Amino acid sequence: MDAIILQILNGLDKGSAYALIALGLTLIFGTLGVVNFAHGALFMIGAFCAVTLQRLFTISYETIDETKTDFLGNPAKVQTPYVESWFGPDVGQAVIDWSVPLAILFAIPIMALVGFAMERGLIKHFYRRPHADQILVTFGLAIVLQELIKHYYGANPIQTPAPDAFRGSFDFGVLLGFDPNHIIYPYWRMIYFAFAAIIVGAVFAFLRFTTFGMVVRAGMADRETVGLLGINIDKRFTIMFALAAVVAGLAGVMYAPINSPNYHMGMDFLVLSFVVVVVGGMGSLPGAVLAGFVLGILESFASMNEIKQIIPGIDQIIIYLVAIIILLTRPRGLMGRRGVMEE
Amino acid sequence: MLGLDRKDTILLLVVALMALLAPVLLNPFPVNSPLAQFNAGYPDLMQRFAIFGIFAIGFNILFGLTGYLSFGHAAFLGVGSYSAVWMFKLLGYNVIPAIILSIIVAGLFALLIGWISLRRSGIYFSILTLAFAEMSFRLAYSVLTPLTNGETGLQVYTDDPQILLGDGPHVPHLFGMMMRSSTTIHAGPWEFTLPVGYYVCAVLLLASFYLAIRIFRSPFGMMLRAIKSNQTRMNYTGLSPRPYTLAAFVISGMYAGLAGGLMASMDPLAGAERMQWTASGEVVLMTILGGAGTLIGPILGAGFIKYCENIFSKINEGVLHGWFGGLPDGVENALIWVAEHFVGSGWHLTLGLLFMLVVTFLPGGLVEGGQRIGRFAFRRRDRKASDAESDAAKQRNPAE
Repeated sequence: MDAIILQILNGLDKGSAYALIALGLTLIFGTLGVVNFAHGALFMIGAFCAVTLQRLFTISYETIDETKTDFLGNPAKVQTPYVESWFGPDVGQAVIDWSVPLAILFAIPIMALVGFAMERGLIKHFYRRPHADQILVTFGLAIVLQELIKHYYGANPIQTPAPDAFRGSFDFGVLLGFDPNHIIYPYWRMIYFAFAAIIVGAVFAFLRFTTFGMVVRAGMADRETVGLLGINIDKRFTIMFALAAVVAGLAGVMYAPINSPNYHMGMDFLVLSFVVVVVGGMGSLPGAVLAGFVLGILESFASMNEIKQIIPGIDQIIIYLVAIIILLTRPRGLMGRRGVMEE
Repeated sequence: MLGLDRKDTILLLVVALMALLAPVLLNPFPVNSPLAQFNAGYPDLMQRFAIFGIFAIGFNILFGLTGYLSFGHAAFLGVGSYSAVWMFKLLGYNVIPAIILSIIVAGLFALLIGWISLRRSGIYFSILTLAFAEMSFRLAYSVLTPLTNGETGLQVYTDDPQILLGDGPHVPHLFGMMMRSSTTIHAGPWEFTLPVGYYVCAVLLLASFYLAIRIFRSPFGMMLRAIKSNQTRMNYTGLSPRPYTLAAFVISGMYAGLAGGLMASMDPLAGAERMQWTASGEVVLMTILGGAGTLIGPILGAGFIKYCENIFSKINEGVLHGWFGGLPDGVENALIWVAEHFVGSGWHLTLGLLFMLVVTFLPGGLVEGGQRIGRFAFRRRDRKASDAESDAAKQRNPAE
């Protein structure tokens, strides 16, 4: 029992990341009808927003401290970050410590801008092209973005720690009446899950309860009619693209402490997220979220030793296996709508 | 000739001539000249031209004709490589059984994957093939280690059975002709290398190319085009597209297997990274860049990408300084700063950009580009000169 709960918890954080990326992918596909292979790159850029902010905060100037010496006997050089000298050491330290959560604020405008530029600059020319062309051009874009990041940040993963307050783990088992230290779960992963839940909820609420969201949903159902009603649906869809980019970016920002960002993390997640979208059902937002969590949890179950002993190697392929089975038995995915992507 | 019409015969002969003379044509610069770094006529690179040419020709039979975009073709390449190395391990170093087995195994593998994946079309097909390829890749690294030797890569050890080895050479060979051996011709300041391995690849490339022409011009090829342009209508005329697409899938899988087998024959080593989806993406790039649905396109694309990869990766900051050295310092540094992004390890950036540009502005690839230039230059000539090749290119965007 405790093992099962532990695996469900372990699956949640990866599942959250899948769900957020898949949500953005589905938003883009549902509104613009574009298959965006560069979405993983947006996730990666989000993570690198966190890295960048951390680097900005730790830009330092050098002073020579006469009281200490380094190992060669020269006066020691002390690096003091500018934020510390501006706001005092305590506040400065806190700002650096909290750079990942603060990066959320930093990433929102950047991701919106990136998304906007991408849509207006490239995607807009591909509305009426075949899906194969869309896949190919966004694949090219993903390579370009990835290589740019690699050029400026290097190929190695960059440590981006969570704030000190959230280090350590929460003893979940005690809460449910198990022995202490039986089910422990890192704080930051809990926060990631909560954050993902909030974002998903916010996106759904935005689409469901605002006029803007209503228009977008109408446009997803029948773009032409909405256009004929005198509504500039293209503009709204562009905004939705930017929103999807922001969702992917925030997923990346918050993921940075879980897995140190590297330049190919986007591609790693992209393939899986596409599988998630297809399993959930192309064009279905709830399906994408559901499939994200289901596959995340399945993946963590498959990595249990007990299961690996029965079916060796299952942890490596479970997601693809599930995708193949689902696609063959339920061609529209878990919650796919009729008539989406069916030639 | 050989059941081809005049135009196709000429095309085949031109390709044959180019393949035959490649070691000379690709080495236009004397050895000691500063431009010698642009020479491509050394064995390793020419072999890659031919092998990836075969791979792309095969991929084009599936993607170019039927429009099914497979994102998992590298799996067949990997399987081909593994089977070839197993042949080296069990039988001996002759490449013929290795290549034959790699084609057969890749074909069977493609039959299995295609039989399942082709139940769906469009992006679902792409995802299914991608899923199968990733599964193979991951399994090759984990559970199938006894078969694949995991991360070390499969290679031949001295205690392998090699029952047919006899006293033949201990490197891959074709009835005694070693793949690595080559003849070097000196002609004044020029130097041309004629490697055995390359010519084996080139002969197979020509055979594959000939077969592809025959498929393109056959009723079977016509059927595949029909599937691309309107599958529903084909259903209505009472034809099931499945057997045709499956046949195309298996054929292109066998081409990939052949390429994989050749790769292992040139260098008896097989690793799982050949199956990774980036490798699948690469062959898609080659085909599109050259011109999907055209005969010559995939070969051009494969050659172009492999050549640029090789040249761009070689250029470093020192070379750039040499080029821009005559300019004022400020300009020089600015130019180098810009150029640095695109060369050396930044080659993939160039590739990505190039790819975006081609897909956006030149969906027919290099072939279409050539045709546009040709049309511009010879505008007064007969319009009919733009022939079946351009028709094929147009079919990329079927009437919607």
